Amino acid sequence: MSEIFGIPTQALFGQLLIGLINGSFYALLSLGLAVIFGLLNIINFAHGAQYMMGAFCTWFLLNKLGLGYWWSLALAPVIVGATGVVIERTMLFRLYKLDHLYGFLLTFGLALIIQGLFRQYYGSSGLPYPIPKALQGGQNLGFMFLPNYRAWVIVFSLVICLGTWFMIEKTKLGSYLRAATENPQLVQAFGVNVPRMVTLTYGFGVGLAALAGVMAAPIYSVNPLMGADLIIVVFAVVVIGGMGSIMGSILTGFILGLVEGLTKVFYPEASNTVIFIVMAIVLMIKPAGLFGTQK
Amino acid sequence: MQVAKAGAGNRMVARHQRVAFVVMLVFFAAAPTVIYPVFLMKVMCFALFACAFNLLLGYVGLLSFGHAMFLGMAGYVAAHTAKVWGLTPELAILAGAASAAVLGLVSGLIAIRRQGIYFAMITLALAQMVYFFCVQAPFTHGEDGIQAVPRGHLFGFIDLGNRTALYLTVFVVFVAGFLLVYRIIHSPFGQVLKAIRENEARATSLGYDTDRYKLIAFVLSATLSGVAGAMNALVFQLAALNAVHWTMSGEVVLMTLVGGLGTVFGPVVGALVVLAMENYLAQLGAWVTIVQGVIFVVCVLTFRRGIIGELANFLRKPL
Repeated sequence: MSEIFGIPTQALFGQLLIGLINGSFYALLSLGLAVIFGLLNIINFAHGAQYMMGAFCTWFLLNKLGLGYWWSLALAPVIVGATGVVIERTMLFRLYKLDHLYGFLLTFGLALIIQGLFRQYYGSSGLPYPIPKALQGGQNLGFMFLPNYRAWVIVFSLVICLGTWFMIEKTKLGSYLRAATENPQLVQAFGVNVPRMVTLTYGFGVGLAALAGVMAAPIYSVNPLMGADLIIVVFAVVVIGGMGSIMGSILTGFILGLVEGLTKVFYPEASNTVIFIVMAIVLMIKPAGLFGTQK
Repeated sequence: MQVAKAGAGNRMVARHQRVAFVVMLVFFAAAPTVIYPVFLMKVMCFALFACAFNLLLGYVGLLSFGHAMFLGMAGYVAAHTAKVWGLTPELAILAGAASAAVLGLVSGLIAIRRQGIYFAMITLALAQMVYFFCVQAPFTHGEDGIQAVPRGHLFGFIDLGNRTALYLTVFVVFVAGFLLVYRIIHSPFGQVLKAIRENEARATSLGYDTDRYKLIAFVLSATLSGVAGAMNALVFQLAALNAVHWTMSGEVVLMTLVGGLGTVFGPVVGALVVLAMENYLAQLGAWVTIVQGVIFVVCVLTFRRGIIGELANFLRKPL
């Protein structure tokens, strides 16, 4: 068996793969946070809970309605995104004139409610979800074994991330969005319905979180608290990347996933904390974040 | 003339607050006859914790979402020094407070590099790092926590195994901490903090080194949270992971919000209300979390002044 730096290549590539998977989720979630923050100026603490809702929605669709993974991939983001729209229309819109901190606290409260309700009815142990038939098995790449489903998660989340980037940076709809981020009053004066755009943007960001949840369901068990600790890591990712740039969020997500994977190989004790340590170092050197601009 | 007027105004304010202060003293002095004393001691520990937290959020406008790290770490250090090193309780509490101060200095230096909402995310992330440290470090005993912490003899001769002595000790430390926070808020230093809260750029332009003021306030708040955490560990004879977890950071935000942000007495009332609610719902499992969430949502949407804030607004006097 070959080795690199005294580490078997199997283990090294295995951890790098796990790192890329985690990175996919970090990227999708921090992307959603960045999109929401850009327009609403709210840090969506409920993002982790909505990711969990996506996974639960997938489980419900299979076990209650008999709809499989591919249906969930399309339906779960829409369903969970719709709950996001309701939240925005009933609660969040009241907070736009207040300090940003209130949005943070409100969504924290929502996260507690959502996670508490699911925990009350489904307990803390996870529910299993099978890998879809078409993606079972894997490829032997010679230096490592690559399960098909994991390859799919990485490729699909890359596609979604880049698609979102393209939509925001290169299309007309995206230009409205960026303009409204800069100056909502002026965009409204040009006849764009900004409040509706804000609502849909929140729904879209929540939908991204739910999509990540759908992809996570076959890998991790479907668990009411699956998003609770994850969201804190994603906050650190967002601080490291800075929320100014969409591409920055995506890149930071994947890179930090890899960093975490490498840490698991070389110094496993620090694998839980390495992202927070990177955050502290980045803050000391470049407080605005790697891709951010200080406002 | 100006000075005399201001002085008279201050005394008017002070009279109102003095009445409230006496009410609070009488409550905590008389309540053990009707309410379970251990619960009251918990309330006083958390009231001090919330007062320390409010010093930061209510008077500097900094939302720290990681205050559990100070409470929890100080609890561990106090429990360890009391149990393994055999320190007397007052020294164990001091050791806990000192560890929280050092932790506050380090995390403060990192966190104040960003403002606003980023500050909250950074403190939350740092606290999560401390949590993982506490899960892995050998001296915290991981999931078990440090159990059977001896309460010991205060100053070497007052036995804190005696319920009354313990209650009085917690009472005295709580009141001293409360008065210290009051003093900080009403000092020239506290005025600068409020100026930073209102308009940081303006305070900078007036020549104040705002980062330094923020850091000092952060360390003070961390230290007092440490005192609360150390005392809590001695009262319950236990230092465990739940005190370092992010849910604890959320809880202290909730207490402050319910009682009234930026009010002197709000955090005390908030701690009492939130802990009473938890005590009442304790058998119902996840419902505690759900009710906490609902209170968060309701407070943010319709009740942003909190209990004491509404009362002060009604009386038109700061409380």
